Order: sequence, then structure tokens, then C-alpha cells
Amino acid sequence: MFSVATTASNGFINPAGPIAEALRDHLIFIVMVMAVVIVPLFIALPWTLWRYRLRTKSGSYQPNWEFSWPLEILIWGLPAVIVVVLGWNLWHQSYELDPYKPLAAAEAPLEIQAIALDWKWVFIYPDQNVASVNEVMIVAGRPVRFRLTSGTVMQSFMIPRLGGQIYTMAGMETQMNLLASEPGQFRGLNTQYNGMGFANQKFITHAVSQADFDAWATKMSDSKPPLNQAAWALLAKPSVLAAPQSFGSVAEGLFTWVIAGFTGGHPHMKADGTDL
Amino acid sequence: MTVESSFSLLGRLTPQDISFVQTFENPVMSEFIDGAAGSVLVIGMIIVAALLTYYRGWKTLWFDWLTSVDHKKVGIMYIVVAFVMLARAIIEGVLMRYQQSIAVNDPGVLTPDHFGQLFSTHGSIMIFFMAMPFITGMINYIMPQQIGARDVSFPLLNAISLWLTAAGAALVMISLVVGKFSTGGWTAYPPYTGIEFSPGEGVDYWIWSISLTSIGSTLTGVNFATTIYKNRAPGMTLFRMPLFCWTSLCTSVLMIFAMAPLTIATLMLALDRYAGFHFFTNDLGGNMMNYANLFWLFGHPEVYILILPAFGVFSEVISTFSGKTIYGYKSLVVATMSIAVLSFTVWLHHFFTMGQGANVNAIFGIATMLIGVPTGVKVYDWLLTMVRGRIRLTTAMLFSIMFLVTFVIGGLTGVILANPPVDFAVHNSLFLVAHFHNMVIPGVLFGMIAGYQFWFPKAFGFRLAERWGKASFWCWSFGFYLTFMPLYVLGLMGAMRRTVEWFRPEYLGWLQVSFVGALLLFSGFIFLCVQLIVSVRQRDQRRVPAGDPWDGRSLEWSNSAPPPEYNFAVIPEVSGQDAFTRLKEQGKAYASPTAYDDIVVPKNSIVAPVIGVGAIALGFALVWHIWWLVALGFVTMWGAVIARSFVTETERVIPASKVRADHEAWLQQVRECATTSREQEDTSANVGRAEVLA
Amino acid sequence: MKRQPLLHPGLNLGSTDEYSHDEAEPVIFGFWIFLMADLVLFAILFATYASMSVQGQAGGPSPTDVFDLPSAFIETMLLLSSSITFGMASLALKYKADRLHLVFWLVLTFCLGAGFIGMEVRDFWIMTQQGAVPQRSGFLSAFYLLVATHGIHVSAGLCWMIVMLVQLRVLGRTTEVKLRLMRLALFWHMLDIVWVCIFTFVYLFGVAL
Repeated sequence: MFSVATTASNGFINPAGPIAEALRDHLIFIVMVMAVVIVPLFIALPWTLWRYRLRTKSGSYQPNWEFSWPLEILIWGLPAVIVVVLGWNLWHQSYELDPYKPLAAAEAPLEIQAIALDWKWVFIYPDQNVASVNEVMIVAGRPVRFRLTSGTVMQSFMIPRLGGQIYTMAGMETQMNLLASEPGQFRGLNTQYNGMGFANQKFITHAVSQADFDAWATKMSDSKPPLNQAAWALLAKPSVLAAPQSFGSVAEGLFTWVIAGFTGGHPHMKADGTDL
Repeated sequence: MTVESSFSLLGRLTPQDISFVQTFENPVMSEFIDGAAGSVLVIGMIIVAALLTYYRGWKTLWFDWLTSVDHKKVGIMYIVVAFVMLARAIIEGVLMRYQQSIAVNDPGVLTPDHFGQLFSTHGSIMIFFMAMPFITGMINYIMPQQIGARDVSFPLLNAISLWLTAAGAALVMISLVVGKFSTGGWTAYPPYTGIEFSPGEGVDYWIWSISLTSIGSTLTGVNFATTIYKNRAPGMTLFRMPLFCWTSLCTSVLMIFAMAPLTIATLMLALDRYAGFHFFTNDLGGNMMNYANLFWLFGHPEVYILILPAFGVFSEVISTFSGKTIYGYKSLVVATMSIAVLSFTVWLHHFFTMGQGANVNAIFGIATMLIGVPTGVKVYDWLLTMVRGRIRLTTAMLFSIMFLVTFVIGGLTGVILANPPVDFAVHNSLFLVAHFHNMVIPGVLFGMIAGYQFWFPKAFGFRLAERWGKASFWCWSFGFYLTFMPLYVLGLMGAMRRTVEWFRPEYLGWLQVSFVGALLLFSGFIFLCVQLIVSVRQRDQRRVPAGDPWDGRSLEWSNSAPPPEYNFAVIPEVSGQDAFTRLKEQGKAYASPTAYDDIVVPKNSIVAPVIGVGAIALGFALVWHIWWLVALGFVTMWGAVIARSFVTETERVIPASKVRADHEAWLQQVRECATTSREQEDTSANVGRAEVLA
Repeated sequence: MKRQPLLHPGLNLGSTDEYSHDEAEPVIFGFWIFLMADLVLFAILFATYASMSVQGQAGGPSPTDVFDLPSAFIETMLLLSSSITFGMASLALKYKADRLHLVFWLVLTFCLGAGFIGMEVRDFWIMTQQGAVPQRSGFLSAFYLLVATHGIHVSAGLCWMIVMLVQLRVLGRTTEVKLRLMRLALFWHMLDIVWVCIFTFVYLFGVAL
């Protein structure tokens, strides 16, 4: 039960893509740098407790000793240096790993629009004109650009093994760029509590080859029902779905229509402050 | 608009809202647990009332305690509130750990709704009704004595703050029996907590209980800051104050500035819910991101409000039980003030994932790491305080030492979280939950328990039983590690917070270990209760009438245990840091004063209890839309204030002769006491007079 | 008259009433700190208003549609003059031994303040008649909250003034009454400053931008 911590788990410490891998590596680096200030405490404290215990015979007793310039410089200086090092990294990493930053690749990213509902995820593929609920198909090795919004309350989109998370908010659009290095299945979820079905709001990410993805999209177009207003109304009702659903066509401009439903069609900003 | 316009005597309250009725109508395990909790509350109150009647304690309760404006009594009452609320919230925590340890591909014993209320009350109670009262009570009791004052600057305001907080706590307790509490967490983010998605009374309970206590805390901040600036004894310059007073000062400044954003955020949420405003709604121009900003503009300084007093306690405890002056006094002051100022510059790190862009995130990430520097300095200053000292491992000292080790792990994970991209991976996960518990349990809770162990003999005149204290310490310590280290791992494995059911079997083992840890934490709390009961029964064995059981260094140890109402028969003159140690070394600690003056003390007042009761009525009425009671509660509260302003006899005089008689009698008793060495500290030979080494 | 040290910012009673002067030090200091907390409250309301005044309009009325600048200007004049009259009341408190001047200036202040509130209520009424209710948009919600919070503070000040007039009659010019009047004065002047900010940043900026 305990041993599967890293190999079979769903967290970013078991990364399946370059972003999650970078996040894991940064975490390890931070721990190692911080060890410089923390480990000395773990050593010095037991030593001090022993040497200066009440009945000690070795430590000197200087009840009024209360200052030492060299120690002060060390105590203030070393953490300051650490903060500079970590801060430098933080600055660069914040830009490199900005969810909005497109991932460098030869091909254009796969575009997916995600709408968070209670308690399900709707994924629309605008270029393929199909949609899936509670499961998402992506192409392994090809960047994916998610454009996200919410149809209800504030939620948070995350596929832990591929990368970090981003909030989804009604009337606003956020973005997430991800990449799966290899084919596989990864769990995604909502991390921001939104009510009774929160624990059930999970989805499966299938990373497949481009050929398999195209075949899947064609199959959806041919055989699955349309995501029209009636189907949307059903999805919008608060419910937990027993199984993922698929749709063979999507009402035009559904994603922007969902956003406009809250902004009344009036200009409303994106979460980063720029206009929609 | 959602508020009914029809007039009804009980608003929207119906019999179905009573939790026992719900248990009867829907007999599932979750409801039984809820009903049991409500029963414990009701039966507990009946038992307390019965005991008070049996021991004829109502008069004492009213005239000596509830109407008192003495900072010492107010402080003790705050801590009593904290202990009662700690009992409830810790059980809630254990219950949640239990649910999570069995609910892997299994619904468990709690419904999602019940679980949602549990994590909301657990967080709200622990922060607002356990930790805040605990620190406020501690500062209340000790700070005026440490600066050589007779009381805080505004004693009646002090009592009113207490009653406002107690009223908020009462509302949360009432929600256990009448209606449901919010399921929005202690942070209550809209639009989930807006009227559309949370139409019931739960969020309203949260709004009004929090509003009451936040107003109380603002007033407390004003009170404490004025006291420290204006009420210090002659010669007590700011840089001669004990460190606990410095942290109290910084805490007060934070209270003054940080509670306002919370008041506004909750008021706006209330206006959205009650009157259809659009501050945080999804449509018509509302902006939920404003709530996140406002809440955390409060929320981050709030956690520093909680931790700074604990830092102050550790400074006092570590220096006293190392028999040494604190190392790096000026550094610690600079560090404390830096923390206070910087705490207002980091709030955005609570929502790095809200999409505001790399620039903004990076700036706040760096600011967050900056705060780690003064905190690290403090940790090493405390370590160096022990170096070249003579360390005694009392319960208070054990808690302080465990704090040093454990808190830095939390600091490490804090630096991890301060990095925005890494935060994207662990935000809202159990890693985050583990981090903040890693700060508040070893930090705030251990600090408050250490302070309680340390200053209990001063307040009540007898020491606590060390054996039970140490048992409690080991349970709290092991319990903490066992409960929260697995949560770090789980967070890295992709497990999120506030989750009532799991679907990944590899989580199970870690969750089970965590539950065992929770049981240990609860045992730690039980041992504290046992310690209190045993110590009260055996109090004659541990009496310390001379008032200085630990060879204390600051002025609160220079008076009797318990202290007289007016703290000091004659206000002391201070000539340096560690004022009491200085007096002892100069042989002046128990010298008779040359002259005594009349002492003017404030009279008791019913205003504070009246405001408190009015506040409970007001809050309850707002929750249940009982508009006539809203008006009545409001008028009662303000009426009491206005009526009080017409009262002219608000003080009484203790004549100099009485002061002289009491003080000389105590001095005589002290001079007859044998002094105790530090080796004899935990024996019955310790009557509170410390041996002074030449 | 012996020159007393200034124990706190603002009106000091040292030269006319030494006892009250000493009593005032912690009391007035504490009240200044309380006012700072209140100012933080208003600062946040301003910040919220700023973030919602353009982007929160939701296609509804804009500031130009609903703000009545002449009315706001008259309100400003009323409140500013009321600060002057309260200043006169404070001087009367300090230098006159009788109650007459003090009561006169307080009553005048009250009338000016009541006039301000009356006009503000009228402004709100007209706005609601036009459909510019707080439930219409985020901008209006923020506007009403900011201005009404100020209005409620002013109204509380007016109630406080009534209580003080009663106390002057019942208790006389005792130290407690003087200290309360000094605090009320600070409160009143602070509200005037906040109003100047409202007039500038809400009304003038709202119409100009």
C-alpha cells in the first residue's frame, strides 16, 4: 500500500510530460537548497540540548551572552543568499512555466475548449467539431492548448501528471498549455471545492497517436448525438455522470456563448486583465 | 431578490431545522453523528448549569467574571472559550480523518453535505474561535503585567471584544443544533457561497459569526496598541520591553489593519446574498476575483496575527528555561517588525492559480520568500539563546523545542509553495493542507500550550502536573507527524483537499496512518484536560504563593500568584531589559515600597454581557431572517453603549491602607519562603521564590 | 498661562483644562488608531469601486448617466462648512467656560450634516427611480456601498451629536463629555476628508473619464 507512492500514483512526482517533470525537478532543487539552512538546525539543536543541559559538566554558563556580530551576519546573510538564489530561479521559472505560454513545437497545438460544470467537465474540440464529457483525448507528443471557463462556480482544472492547475471562472477565459510525452491514461480533476459532487468530478485523459486521435474524432462525428441546446441543458443540471459521454457535433460558438451568458455579451476581462 | 417580504415571527426557521428532528426523520449514520454532537452540546450546557447551581456559583460567575473588565479575568475567559472550541474542532478533525481513512471506493459514514460542513466549521473554529481567542487571552493576561501596567488602556472595550467573540462562537455552536453551517470552507469563496449556489442558512451563519469576532479583534488591536504605547511603567522604554510585548505590539498593528478587508468582504457577500447586489456574482458585473483578493489581504496578515504571539511565548519560555537572556534582542525586534510589514505584501500567493500572469505571480513569490528570512533569523536566535545556558526540559520548553524542529519543515514546504509554477502542482492538494497545519500546530498551538503551561502558576497560584504535561507533549508531537507527514505524500500523489471519498487504492495506507495520528492528537488534548483536573485536585502540593516558580525574567513574575487585582501595589521603575532579573540580582525584588497610593480600578459593568447577548440575538436573527429580532438586537447593543455613556460612577478606589496591608502581608510571606534552585523546580519545595546565583 | 506639552495630535486642552488634558492622552491616541482602521475600510471600498466602476457596468447605467454633479457639489459644500462649524465648536469647547457657544455651533453642524444626508437620500431615490439600483450591476453595487457606508458613518455621527447635546445638558462639561466631543470632532473631520475623496474619485473622475 505504501510502496506505490511514486510509481503508480497520479501526482506530478510521477510526471508524464515535460511541464510536470520541470515542476518536480524544481521542487527537488528547492528542497536541496533549503537543506542548507535547515539541516544545521537539526544537528545543532540536539547538540545544544545535550551540551547545555542543566546538569552538564562541559558547557560554560554565560547568562548574559546575547550578541555576536559574526553570528548575526551569518544568520541574516545566509538566508538572504538563499532567497536570492531561489528568487532568481523563481523569476525565470514563473515565465517559462506560465500556463498561458505556448509550448515550443513544430506543429500547431491541439485546441480544446473546456467548460467546468457541476460536477463534470465538458471538452469541446473546435477543429474536429466533437465533444466529450468527463474524458479528454489528446495527441501524445503534440502540445495541447486548453481554453477554459466555468458554467457554474469557480473551479480548477488539473491533470497532475502533465502539469499544474488553473482556475476556471464564469464569464472569463483562462488558458493552460500541456504536453504528454508518451501515450497513456492520466486522471484529471477539479481541485476547487464546488459542492456535493466535488469528489466525483474526475475525468480521464487519453493521450494517443495522431492517427488514433483522428480515427476517434471521425468515429464520434459519425455515430454520436449532437451537443445542441437540449443536450447542453441536460449537462448543465447539477449531477454526477455514471460514465463519460460523447457528442458528434457541437452547437456553433458554444464556448463563447457560455461565457457571454454571464457577461451579457459585454466586454469582460480575462483573468490576466486583458479583454476577452 | 431572495429575502421574503412577509413578516413572520420566526423568520424562515422551521421545526425541521432542529438537528434532532433531522436525525429522527432521516436516521442514517451521518445524521446520528450530527445529532450526537448536538446532544453533547445541549447536555454539556445542562451539566454546567447544574454544577453552577449545586456549587452556588451563579453569583460568582456573574459578579466576579462575566461583568468583570479586569484584563486578567478577560484573558482567562478568552482562553476558556478557546479550549471549549478546541474540543469541538479537534473532534471534527478526527472525524474527517476517520471518514477519509475508510472512504476509498466506499462512501464512508459521512454524507458529502455533512463532510462539507465539517471542514468548514473545523477551519473557521480553529482560526477564529480557538486560535484568535487563545492568543488574545494570552496577550490580555500577560502583556499589561510585563509592561508594569495596571490594565489595558480601555478595559470596558476589552470586555466588549471578548463578548463579541464569544457571541460569534455561540452562533457557531448554535448552528450545531439549529440549521446547518456553511459548506464553503473557512474561506467561503463565492460564487459557491453566493445565494444562487448556497441558498440555505449555512453561509449566513459563517458571515455573521465571523463579522462579530472580526469587529472584536479590530477593537482589541486598538486597545493593545494604545496600551503598549501609552501605559508602560516609568523607565520601560520600547527597547526594554520583553519580546512577548514586541510581538503583541506587532500583532495589534496587524489586527488593526488586517481585519478591515475581511469585514468588507463578508459584508459584500452578505449584500449579495440578502439584497441581490453584484459584488461577486457570475453575472451583471460581479467579480469573484475581488473576493479572493480581499479575503487574502486579510487572510495572510491573519496567520501572522496567530503566529507572532506564539513567537513571543517561545522567546520568553526559551530564555527562562535556559536561564539566559534572550540572544539577539534587537535582531528579534527587527525581524518581528519586518514580518509584520511584509505580511501585507504577500497575499496573492494564496491564489497563484487564478490566472493573473507570470509577472504578478513572480513578484508575490519573491515577496513570500523574503518573509522567510526574518523567520529563519528568529529560529536561530532561539537556538543561540539556549547556547551557553542551563536548559531545563519542562513541558513548556519541550513544546518550544519541538516547535523549532517541526516548524522549519513547514517553512521548507512554504518556500516550495512560494514558487508559482510549483504551487500550480500542489495548490488545493493535501500538500497544502499539510503545510498550513505544519505552521499552525507546531507554531500557534504549541506556542499557546507552552504559554499556558508557563503562566498557569502565575494566574492560579499553583503549578500544573508536569507528568501529564509531558504525556500530552509526546502525544501532540507524535500525533502531529503521524497525521500530517502522510498528507504531504498524498498531496504529491495528486490527492486534493476537502474530498469526502477517494477512488485510488494507493491512498489508503497513508490515510489510515493519518487517522491513527489524529487519534494521538486527540489524546494529547485529553491529557491536557486530565492534567488540569489532576492539578486542581492536587493544587496544595504545588502552590507557588511567592509568584516566581521558574526564576522568571520579566515583571509579571514580580507579583504574587495569583496577582492582586491591580497587578502591582506600586508601579515599578524599570532600568533595563529583563527587569525582574535585574531587581533580583540587585536584591531589590521583594523590598518594601517607601510609599503607597490609592489605586483607582474600573468597576464591573453589565454593558459587555448585554452587548454580547444582543450580538447573539442579532446574528441569529440575521441568519434566520427574523427581522424584528434584528432590530431588537441592534438597538440593544447600541442602546447599551449610549446608556453606558451616561454613567458617571465607573471607577472605585482601593485605599492606600488596604494596598499596603495586602502587599506587606505578601512580602512577609515571601521573605519567609525558602528559595528554590532550578534542580528543585518540579518538586513541592518550589513555593515560587527563586534562588539568586551570586 | 503655562505652556503645556502637546500630548496628542489635534486640539489639546492643556492651557484651559489640565486634568482633561492628561486624561485625553491615551483616549485620543486610541481613537486616532481606530480612525486609521476605519480609513483602511474606506480605502478598500475605494479600491473595490475602482475595479468595478468600468468593468462592472454590465451594460447598465454608467457614471455619466446617473451622477448628479451639482447635487454632489452642494453636498460637498454642506459637509465642508459643517467641518468649519465643528471647528468653531471645538474652539468653544476649549476656550469658553459656558455651554452656549458650544451648543450653538454643534446644532449648526448637525443641521448642515442632516442637510447632507437629506440630499444624499434624495439623490439615491432619484437614481432608483431611473432604474439605477444596486442590483442592476457590479458598478452600482460598489457605488452604493461606498457612498452609503460614508452616509451611514455620517448618520452615526449625527446620532452621536444628539447624544452629546443631551449629555451636555445632563452631565455638563465634564472631562468625559469633553473627551467624547474631541473624538466626535476627529470622526467628523475624517468623514469630511473621505467625502472629498468620494467627490473627486467617484463623481468627478466618473464623469470625466
